[in-house]
Amino acid sequence: MSNSQLLASRLTKDRLFKGIVIGLSCVLILPLFFILFYIFQKGLSVFTWEFFTQLPQPVGEVGGGVSNAIVGTLMLIGIASLVSIPLGILTGTYLAENKKTRLSEFARLCNDVLQGVPSIVMGIIAYVWVVIPMGSFSALSGGIALGLMMLPIVTKTTEETLYMIPDSLKEASYALGAPYYKTILTVILPSAKSGIISGILLGVARISGETAPLLFTAFGNPFMNTNIFKSVNSLPLLIFNYATSPYDDWQMLAWGASLLLVLFVLGLSLLAKVVNRS
Amino acid sequence: MKSYKPIEFVEIKELLFKRLLFLCGCIAIVILLYLFYTLVSESWLSIKTIGFSFVFNHVWDPVRSHFGALPFFIGTMVTAIMALIISLPFSIAMALFLGEYFKEGKWASILKSVLDLLAGIPSVIYGFWGLFVLVPLIRQFEVMIGVTPLGVGILTSSLVLALMIIPYSASISREVIALVPQELKEAALSLGATPFEMIRKVILPYAKSGIFAGVLMSFGRAISETMAVTMLIGNVNKIPLSIFSPANTMSSVIANEFAEATEALYLSSLIELALILFFVTAVFSFIGRLVIKKWVISS
Repeated sequence: MSNSQLLASRLTKDRLFKGIVIGLSCVLILPLFFILFYIFQKGLSVFTWEFFTQLPQPVGEVGGGVSNAIVGTLMLIGIASLVSIPLGILTGTYLAENKKTRLSEFARLCNDVLQGVPSIVMGIIAYVWVVIPMGSFSALSGGIALGLMMLPIVTKTTEETLYMIPDSLKEASYALGAPYYKTILTVILPSAKSGIISGILLGVARISGETAPLLFTAFGNPFMNTNIFKSVNSLPLLIFNYATSPYDDWQMLAWGASLLLVLFVLGLSLLAKVVNRS
Repeated sequence: MKSYKPIEFVEIKELLFKRLLFLCGCIAIVILLYLFYTLVSESWLSIKTIGFSFVFNHVWDPVRSHFGALPFFIGTMVTAIMALIISLPFSIAMALFLGEYFKEGKWASILKSVLDLLAGIPSVIYGFWGLFVLVPLIRQFEVMIGVTPLGVGILTSSLVLALMIIPYSASISREVIALVPQELKEAALSLGATPFEMIRKVILPYAKSGIFAGVLMSFGRAISETMAVTMLIGNVNKIPLSIFSPANTMSSVIANEFAEATEALYLSSLIELALILFFVTAVFSFIGRLVIKKWVISS
């Protein structure tokens, strides 16, 4: 093979490879497009006022909505946030303040492992820790399961944000005579506010689509319930139950709930990005 | 003159705050250890009564108290490995696209948002979509090649699973590829290598162990995924014989049967499955992190 032929074949291979990389990457747009298109097409048709304000109807009756699941989802997110945000921020602060002690290295490792715990295992844990002692499925147990999943996320983002705060800020506060706790609470944490808030938003976005931890904790409930000691419905649970049901009306409700959930999750992630940028 | 707080009061607060921070620092450790303890103690009954045959026995029949989890291990492994194989070309292509060919610009931001969106869609919605769109397609395909047209099964769940882990493995590989030193790449290019040769002979060998770590972590992700798989795998407690057969994975069997498990041994063996699942994912994510950490330090 002459030199020019060799060069030509090398260049062709290069172009071919680049083409394959671009091709494979762009193929990924297709499934995303199909999923979103399908959800929007099916979901938008059930988006009416009743969808947001009414309870699901029994089989055979037309209409109905998912108001109980919306309320339930918000309750679960609220409980999870109460559990995970204060703890997560303080844990993250501790880890950022003690970068290289043996305890904090181990705690960081545990935090990573905790983040990787399969969601279904979290459901079992919340079942054993909360449902069995209390004797019934409850919003509280579901919220705790979700809170345990959110905790590592809040911890991690707090820690990473605090690393970016310059030491001079802390030194300036010390120089003015402020004690340690005041420095942390009124100087360091407020200056890391946007990073922490975006971490919280990401955490909420992550847990609000979780179904597996709720299967044997929040359990689902066809009625409206605002008591945290009783079982509640949530959007992902409703989608799971109705998607696998054989009834068209219920499946349509599930499509509507899917659209609502996707919009909620994507909106939160978008908001997290905007907050982080500012 | 302004009055000031007595110094002791401040010191008490200081001490309390430090204690509080310390306690919170320990909380992840405490939760994780207690979680592990809970899983072990709740599954102790089944570990004790069933022993090792739990892992090797292939009959899962709760009515007759036969608890052999082999079908679920095989189901989990096969779906996860297939999902990895399907996803690997896409995630490496995506990583090269974002980490090498188009680091910034319009296309990069479009594809980044595609990955973000794919990662943001909840698992149960993937399952729902798969059930209504992918299952009929697969069924047609099965009719075409002459297999029992069930639609649900290992192939269907692997496809959806692959779609779900691509954003994760692509973002790890991209970070790894972006860490390859610029000088090495430039040296290769200045010696007359084409970009393809540079990628094949410099980037990929250099980033090999990092990409491998990413694969391990994606594998951990794939085996722990529950909802989409539960909806698409067909839920049959038998060892799958082909990629079209329905099966069950560890997480899907827990999702399906936990709520109806009333007998103590039944519940306990389901929790033992959760314990194994927890252990395997923890080991995979741990090794993956270790490899990446070593790799980052050495380079």
